[in-house]
Amino acid sequence: MAKDIPEMEEYKYGFHDKDVSVFRTERGLTKNVVEEISRMKEEPEWMLEKRLKALDVFYSKPMPQWGGDLSELDFDEIVYYVKPSEKQGRTWDEVPDEIKETFDKLGIPEAEQKYLAGVSAQYESEVVYQSLEQDLEKLGIIFKDTDTALREHEELFKEYFGKVIPASDNKFAALNTAVWSGGSFIYVPKGVETTSPLQAYFRINSENMGQFERTLIIVDEGASVHYVEGCTAPVFTTNSLHSAVVEIFVKKDAYCRYTTIQNWANNVYNLVTKRATCESNATMEWIDGNMGSKLTMKYPAVLLAGEGARGNTISIALAGKGQHQDAGAKMHHLAPNTSSSIVSKSISKKGGKVNYRGIVHFGRKAEGARSNIECDTLIMDNESTSDTIPYNEIYNDNISLEHEAKVSKVSEEQLFYLMSRGLGEQEATDMIVMGFIEPFTKELPMEYAVEMNRLIKMEMDGSVG
Amino acid sequence: MAGSVLEIKNLHVTIEGNEILKGVNLTIKGGEFHAIMGPNGTGKSTLASAIMGHPKFEITEGSIHLDGEDVLEMEVDERARAGLFLGMQYPSEISGVTTSDFLRSSINARREEGDEISLMKFIKEMDKTLDFLEIDKNMAQRYLNEGFSGGEKKRNEILQLMMMKPEIAILDEIDSGLDIDALKIVSKGINKMREDNFGCLIITHYQRLLNYITPDYVHVMMQGRVVKSGGPELAQRLEAEGYEWIKAELGIEDETVGQKA
Repeated sequence: MAKDIPEMEEYKYGFHDKDVSVFRTERGLTKNVVEEISRMKEEPEWMLEKRLKALDVFYSKPMPQWGGDLSELDFDEIVYYVKPSEKQGRTWDEVPDEIKETFDKLGIPEAEQKYLAGVSAQYESEVVYQSLEQDLEKLGIIFKDTDTALREHEELFKEYFGKVIPASDNKFAALNTAVWSGGSFIYVPKGVETTSPLQAYFRINSENMGQFERTLIIVDEGASVHYVEGCTAPVFTTNSLHSAVVEIFVKKDAYCRYTTIQNWANNVYNLVTKRATCESNATMEWIDGNMGSKLTMKYPAVLLAGEGARGNTISIALAGKGQHQDAGAKMHHLAPNTSSSIVSKSISKKGGKVNYRGIVHFGRKAEGARSNIECDTLIMDNESTSDTIPYNEIYNDNISLEHEAKVSKVSEEQLFYLMSRGLGEQEATDMIVMGFIEPFTKELPMEYAVEMNRLIKMEMDGSVG
Repeated sequence: MAGSVLEIKNLHVTIEGNEILKGVNLTIKGGEFHAIMGPNGTGKSTLASAIMGHPKFEITEGSIHLDGEDVLEMEVDERARAGLFLGMQYPSEISGVTTSDFLRSSINARREEGDEISLMKFIKEMDKTLDFLEIDKNMAQRYLNEGFSGGEKKRNEILQLMMMKPEIAILDEIDSGLDIDALKIVSKGINKMREDNFGCLIITHYQRLLNYITPDYVHVMMQGRVVKSGGPELAQRLEAEGYEWIKAELGIEDETVGQKA
């Protein structure tokens, strides 16, 4: 069954509406731009100071030489801040029609009607539409865009901002700290458990615009929350940069799940730093889906700082033509009896490159800690590649670590079996691929599982000939 | 009125340059049960896979027609939609796909768009068939063949056969690896299918399956050809006397396909 592989279809969500933004900074990154952003947002002085300090760190750190090829990324070609409209939409009616049309194409209102308890949808750099069910507010849950949270909850914000991911962490964390805009802020008070997920939906819509959202989640003792975000971006010919920072604090006995599906256009550099810290008996779960982009470098991390803390990562990465997914997970066992699990599912096709890169660290105090790593890769054709690059750092003898890695191809026998029951070759291939990522999709809220399967089907279209 | 007709004429099949089938002739009609017997290595399973269109096999000569349609012109899935079914000796494991979802997709693949089987009807029929085959209902929600025992896999093939209701089924060593109870259940399922619109080709090298399923015709394969055909009494003689008398009768020394006749 030699395959003649046709060109990939035009990216389905590659439409873009007329730019309705009212303010944007000049291209390139200068002190002036950072001050401008802070001034536009009418931020407190301490935030401006943090931004400027971070800018210095950004300038001083060299480009990372590992992971993916960043040589074509030109920081001077990027617009660092775009304000989409004068003020935030309080209700759906106030949201500009053009923005609504974009949301319509993405199916947002439908999703909202059916599943959302609270919606915070980010359009360009700022949240333009946000609605919270009254229940959430009554429970004392704060769910705002990050800019608003800084204005309305400054003390809480200041206590946590940059504490688990300081600007000095890496070049892109520094960049984000200098120019961040938008993102979600969530605070769940002690003992409060949310029943349905909090969701944000956002997309890049301005050519060459970097999106630097900053998300900060604090789950207080014994509380529980599930946050969901999904992204999709339109196709542009020049490079876009998405460099987000997500910081999460999971207090004693608390639970947090963070679900992401990202489907970036083929020209986006997606360089994200995500890290959570868990106190004793707390649980953090990253459910992370990475599709599209030119290069993704993303390794959600959990610091298991308190005794009995748990960290789980379930991720999928799909790389097609001209794409490189360098994704994985980091688990830092810093306390006794902590446990972690990493399940990574990777697919490469049409010459795409997909790598699992991960670290599991057992510190001296990690007595009785255990970790389980499972990396599966499905390679769709002979031009595509994959690597598994696990790092294990072990400073305690009394730990347990299991690592399983498997690379497979869609086998002729499997295809023959499914086709012998009347399924076409494409349908049979889709079925095998969807089965492969099922451990991921079954963790998604139903609406997202449906969308995920649709995206995968679309991506696989024409992958057989 | 009888059902479909599968007509195989002078079929020659090679794999990686080696000729395995050297001119098979066989006609199966709706309402008929045929058994193909023969020792290992005589081309029986190759015949089954070649009829269904396994890409590994190359047809170098001959023809296969289903109701006059050229089967060799069809893709594997088109053959299935035309009414052929292959019960496999070694069914593949498909992780992440439930048996139930797979079954429903398979059934719908043979139906027109907009005429898909309703979920309720499907579940009712599946439950009934699972009961009939004494299969644990949990199996429907397990991933297709993943972690199934040999017996479970074979029963699952019969489950698919009964749910999909093809016109002509080829069952490739459906009895291998089964204990006597499982063999009885699998046979019960196949016998339930017997009607004028269903024809079946059962491939086996054990006569014991034929204690439970009575074929109308029995064929013996050797050296990549059907060398002898008869009624159920032929199977009984093979059971009693083995294959040696046929080899002697036909002057065959080595029955496998590697040898020249």
